[in-house]
Amino acid sequence: MKRDLVIIGGGPAGLAAAIAAYDAGCKDVVIVERESAVGGVLKQCIHNGFGLTRFKENLTGPEYAHKFIDEAEKRNIETLTDTFVISLDDKKRVTCMNKSGIFTIEAKAVILAMGCRERSKGALNIAGTRPAGLFSAGTAQKYVNLKGWLPGKRVVILGSGDIGLIMARRMTLEGAKVLCVSEIMPYSSGLKRNIAQCLNDFNIPLYLEHTVVEIEGKERVTGVTLARVDENKRPIPGTEKHFDCDTVLFSVGLIPENELTKRAGISLDSRTKGAQVDGDRETQIEGIFACGNVLHVHDLVDFVSEEAETAGKSAARYVLEGERKKDYILTENGENTAYVLPQKLDRNKKEAQKLYFRVRAAFRNAEIVVDTGVAVKKFNKIAVAPGEMESVTLKAEEIASAKYVRISVNRRA
Amino acid sequence: MYDIAIVGGGCIGALTARELARYRLKTVVLEAASDVAAGASRANSGIVHAGFDAAEGSLKAKFNVLGNAMMETVCKELGVEYKNNASLVLAFDEEQENTLRELVERGKKNGVKGLEILNKEEVLRREPNVSKEVFAALYAPTGGIVCPFTLTIAAMGNAMDNGAELFTDFEVVAAEEQGDSVRLSAADGRSVNAKYVINCAGAGSQKVAELFGKANFTVHARKGEYILLDSSTAGYVKSTIFTVPTKAGKGVLVTPTTDGNTLIGPTSVEEETFDTSIRREGFDDILGKAKKMCDRLPLGETITSFAGVRAYSDRHDFVLEEGGERLFNAAGIESPGLTSSPAIGKYIAEKIADKFHAEKNSDFNPNRKSYAFFKKLSVEEKNKIIAENPEFGQIVCRCESVTLGEIREALTRNPRARTIDGIKLRTRAGMGRCQSGFCQPAQLELLMKEYGLRFDEVTKNGKKSFIIVGGEI
Repeated sequence: MKRDLVIIGGGPAGLAAAIAAYDAGCKDVVIVERESAVGGVLKQCIHNGFGLTRFKENLTGPEYAHKFIDEAEKRNIETLTDTFVISLDDKKRVTCMNKSGIFTIEAKAVILAMGCRERSKGALNIAGTRPAGLFSAGTAQKYVNLKGWLPGKRVVILGSGDIGLIMARRMTLEGAKVLCVSEIMPYSSGLKRNIAQCLNDFNIPLYLEHTVVEIEGKERVTGVTLARVDENKRPIPGTEKHFDCDTVLFSVGLIPENELTKRAGISLDSRTKGAQVDGDRETQIEGIFACGNVLHVHDLVDFVSEEAETAGKSAARYVLEGERKKDYILTENGENTAYVLPQKLDRNKKEAQKLYFRVRAAFRNAEIVVDTGVAVKKFNKIAVAPGEMESVTLKAEEIASAKYVRISVNRRA
Repeated sequence: MYDIAIVGGGCIGALTARELARYRLKTVVLEAASDVAAGASRANSGIVHAGFDAAEGSLKAKFNVLGNAMMETVCKELGVEYKNNASLVLAFDEEQENTLRELVERGKKNGVKGLEILNKEEVLRREPNVSKEVFAALYAPTGGIVCPFTLTIAAMGNAMDNGAELFTDFEVVAAEEQGDSVRLSAADGRSVNAKYVINCAGAGSQKVAELFGKANFTVHARKGEYILLDSSTAGYVKSTIFTVPTKAGKGVLVTPTTDGNTLIGPTSVEEETFDTSIRREGFDDILGKAKKMCDRLPLGETITSFAGVRAYSDRHDFVLEEGGERLFNAAGIESPGLTSSPAIGKYIAEKIADKFHAEKNSDFNPNRKSYAFFKKLSVEEKNKIIAENPEFGQIVCRCESVTLGEIREALTRNPRARTIDGIKLRTRAGMGRCQSGFCQPAQLELLMKEYGLRFDEVTKNGKKSFIIVGGEI
């Protein structure tokens, strides 16, 4: 089978990329989706807060997804659901498996839109037993929102990622008692609005700089012990707090799902855990693009859609016009910056380009410094936090003359 | 009425049941937990030891070397993953190298073949990730690895396919003589009668022996904690890497597993009970030791940690002897128990066949289809199977690429998976990077359908380990 553009993943990134590619003139598009319906994790995100940036509307996850599903349907974009991509190679051959068998699609261009998965409890080296009742926050969300089953009644949440915060409220609304949220860092990795609306509004305590030291229970979890941590993140003896609970949720980070990316021979950026891309979201392999949470973990789906549209347009242009000659400069993360994306910028590109970045620590009165090697731009932010992605847009001429782009964040007095 | 009741469905019980199935004997296996391989057989290093470690003349030495020689064939017949990946025992100074020489001598006396001492360069050529501080190593070409729980499950399945029966959640709490048999009762009132009882109850073996009178051994608990790395680390080490035991204590090992993961551990801690919780200091203990053995440990790929508890006897050797007129004790089977298990099973079965003048079972089929059979097929062969059964084209577990067809087999073949962990141990669904985050809800629904359960009746591993306890919304 031959197709112009294969999009791996039918979540928000894959859908937006497909629509953008189609509208840019690439009509021979297929989305390969492993679940039985497109929409990705939005299907189980029944809370609101989606689309505020993009649509200026307060939508639920399924409502946000449907805006794109409807657009894809209008264009008759083909989706292969219940279909699992088992391999991708550097020649853009996408091998899939579904109920009808194993088959290979030869693509002119590929967009990686596989999203991310939750970091599991197993990665955390937690002492104690391994009973039933330990869930990642997303799994609990699936049980509650898609199956209608409440995992437990007395809940401790470890990690303050957004899904954990959302589930603190969700389980409370369904009658569970959420005893606390524990976060090892001195700040939450979640959105500020989620701390306010999901914890503070329900009087759920957030213990910062705390970690779990032991899980108890033989068959079902019966309790956990938390403790304050020192500057090396080691528990401080004597600061233990014990909670009787029947359920523990883990919201301890998201990891881009790049197994296929790696198999295609694309190297990953150790900072983002995603592919290294240019402003077109093109990876090191010509014609393979990446966008959304498989590239770097976003905190708002609105930005996923925006990035996916960039990838979709670029892929369409690649299919229709072939590869452009690119003249790269690198982006760098300076002081207090965890990463900058894209990792490289094409100086030949005639359009303005948006750079996303994340800060390493939360602080107020921040000064953002963008240094291109020939000019320095500065602007102020009242507050920055690792949980809130920041962006800066550079004009085409600023990039054309740049030697590099380094983004730093300083504390103002 | 059964001829033989085996108490305990660990690797010893399962392989004994399979060996007994070669004779015309009616056998039942009574397992206290909800699935076989629930104790030490589930959580151990999965090493097929060469046999240089055990004291000369001990039962451990004898059965280790015999079991090692049998393992490859047994695994081939049972469709269980086995690799002859060789073992290396690292020495870090001259004194430790002398210990290696003692191990070579002991190994030779035990009948271990091919042992040699490698110098630093040879070790590093073989294993580039071993610490540059290494001085020498003992190379044991007959060392191997096996998947301990699929070995146990497959052996039990093969025994059942050949006529043996299995009762789970059957903890034997009483044994009474009734004429020419013994009546074994479970706490819930069920009971079976058997002419002869084989005690393979691991942690519970002293208790079981005491149901028949005074036991002439005691069993004690020794905990081993482990850290498991994702299969993305496959190839980090090729052989199983040990260190020589020193005054500072027994080292840990770093080994590949048969599924491509890297396993680090175990610690070795004497405990009062057989509780499998991981101690807070366990992680530092494992990692401190492992970091001295190997460089560039890919700890960022950690996917889980666990503990197993071995039952060792006060004799510090295997107990393999009659414990009364109707009882045989196979107790204190600590390391190298897994390696020894095929040989122990054969030894016990032959003894019993002799005692009962049992006829050979000419219908015995030693072969069993592997749970992993589908993974090993070519694309054409897979397509043929998917055409016949589309469930083999539907991936349920993304991380380990386990299909619905494979899970369906785990639910229906002997011994049937009845729990989330039961599916995991048979198919690897949920054993990968996401640790069942994505596929647990799907597995739960498959168990509901298969056994007619409500959503809140499905368990992780039996008893009251319910997944959902908050009710319906």
